[in-house]
Amino acid sequence: MNSLTAIDANAGSALTAPPPAVTARPETPRRAIPSSAGSGRRLGLEKASRFGWALGPFLLVLYWSVLSYTGFLDPRTLPAPWVAVDTAVDLVRTGRLQDNLAISAWRAFQGLLLGSGVGLVLALLSGLSLLGGYVIDGVVQLKRGVPVLALIPFMILWFGIGEVMKVSVIAVTVFVPIYVHTHNALRAIDIKQVELAETLGLTHLEFIRHVVLPGALPGLLLGLRFGVTASWLALVVVEQLNASSGIGYMVTLARNYAQTDVMLVGLIVYALLGLGSDALVRLVQGRALRWRRTLAA
Amino acid sequence: MSAVVSIRGLTRRFTLKGILNGIDLDIQEGEFVALLGRSGSGKSTLLRALADLDHEAEGEGEYSVPDRISVVFQDARLLPWKPVLDNVVLGLRGPDARERGRRALAEVELAGREEAWPHELSGGEQQRVALARSLVREPQLLLADEPFGALDALTRIRMHALLRRLRVSHDPAVLLVTHDVAEAIELADRIVILEDGRIHRDITVNLPAEGEARRERFAELEEELLALFGVRSDTGVGHGERERAQG
Ligand SMILES: Nc1ncnc2c1ncn2[C@@H]1O[C@H](COP(=O)(O)OP(=O)(O)OP(=O)(O)O)[C@@H](O)[C@H]1O
Ligand SMILES: [Mg+2]
Repeated sequence: MNSLTAIDANAGSALTAPPPAVTARPETPRRAIPSSAGSGRRLGLEKASRFGWALGPFLLVLYWSVLSYTGFLDPRTLPAPWVAVDTAVDLVRTGRLQDNLAISAWRAFQGLLLGSGVGLVLALLSGLSLLGGYVIDGVVQLKRGVPVLALIPFMILWFGIGEVMKVSVIAVTVFVPIYVHTHNALRAIDIKQVELAETLGLTHLEFIRHVVLPGALPGLLLGLRFGVTASWLALVVVEQLNASSGIGYMVTLARNYAQTDVMLVGLIVYALLGLGSDALVRLVQGRALRWRRTLAA
Repeated sequence: MSAVVSIRGLTRRFTLKGILNGIDLDIQEGEFVALLGRSGSGKSTLLRALADLDHEAEGEGEYSVPDRISVVFQDARLLPWKPVLDNVVLGLRGPDARERGRRALAEVELAGREEAWPHELSGGEQQRVALARSLVREPQLLLADEPFGALDALTRIRMHALLRRLRVSHDPAVLLVTHDVAEAIELADRIVILEDGRIHRDITVNLPAEGEARRERFAELEEELLALFGVRSDTGVGHGERERAQG
């Protein structure tokens, strides 16, 4: 303790800045600041409400209902919401909806898995080695420029018209965003953290496991969100072009028979699938990135 | 006593500009050396050379350093995605690594915060975690580049006391880069001053343990050092020292 007081006596010099004013002079005008903890911040966002996201869709359905009910909307153009519900119930009763849905979901899932795996591995190869970058990155950038639709004829040529082709088309679409975002995140890893790893004597493998991968995880998950959306888009394309099962097929068939209500149900299913899977990824995101302090968190 | 660090004729330059122009320096086992110098004089460059982090610099010369070196940076440099304890034991080998990590955290008075995220800690607490991370490796040499530079004055004084305690229990040789003359006197056995890429002065501190004698020696050293720097404010020396040095 003695030494501490000695510092205090001698080393007021450590106090290079004037000490903060502890006592406020009574004559200075003061502002009353409400001190309820957890009140919203002044800049940025308020604390999010759990179901806030549902407001927009709800208003949309409301608007649509009103238009249908008042007859402004011709049922041949767009059936009313309750018609869509009726049709959906019918489709479920006959089993058509869930059978096709299961097939579609399985395709999308396989494509997503394959595409994510390929995207992640390529991103690691190209992000962590110079040669890998030279070889892989240019090719991926080329691929980015090619639309799926242009690719499908070749995929059919190579893989036939079966499941392999469909899953491949989805995977090829999915891997691009996964690759791009993971690669970006890898390249953005702070040199300070690399130095830290060096001074702590981490092995190459430990470095990748403890520093690189967690550091790139936000990028990977962002890529995954785009990837999931991309997987549904690719699914629609392959199923509507060339399939004998799945939601896309169901919609195509309905179009041939001018069943607008079935088409509409297909559309809604797509929307819900997209929404649901995105929510799932966001959930994973929230769990995996608990350590982050961001505006939205 | 034998030298754990021995530097002979070390030079470093960036794009032809010489920053270190022949450094000779020995640090003995368990010795605490403070490195002072103007901003841009090459203190960090020297430290980074010893830590083998200066891949982008050119230079010659010889130096020998021990195997076990720990570095404390100005920022705590904790991995934000790892809880505190995992940060402390990162790269630590052995079955009892976590137990040792816990003890190190207790030593820096952070017992109970093992599972906290780094962003949940204050700046001073984060820097204490960084200290624990360095010391749990039982380094023979601790390199610290302005480790308390970002902390407020009161926290810094507390950190000084902590560092002095830790030094007794772990006994590493220390090379501390600082801007703060008082900090250097307070902590170090020896103060070396870097100027024009050379060790310009080498001062033994010899601070009595307490009492009036201590205060006198402190003031004397402080005056000497500040005079050496010409007390220019761009050396980072604060107004407090200037006034006392002159008054
Ligand atoms: N990577 C680099 N590339 C080019 N020049 C560099 C590099 N690192 C340092 N320098 C130069 O070397 C000189 C010494 O830098 P250094 O960081 O060692 O100074 P310092 O004594 O630590 O200063 P401070 O007290 O401000 O931290 C500076 O002029 C700086 O511009
Ligand atoms: Mg520096």
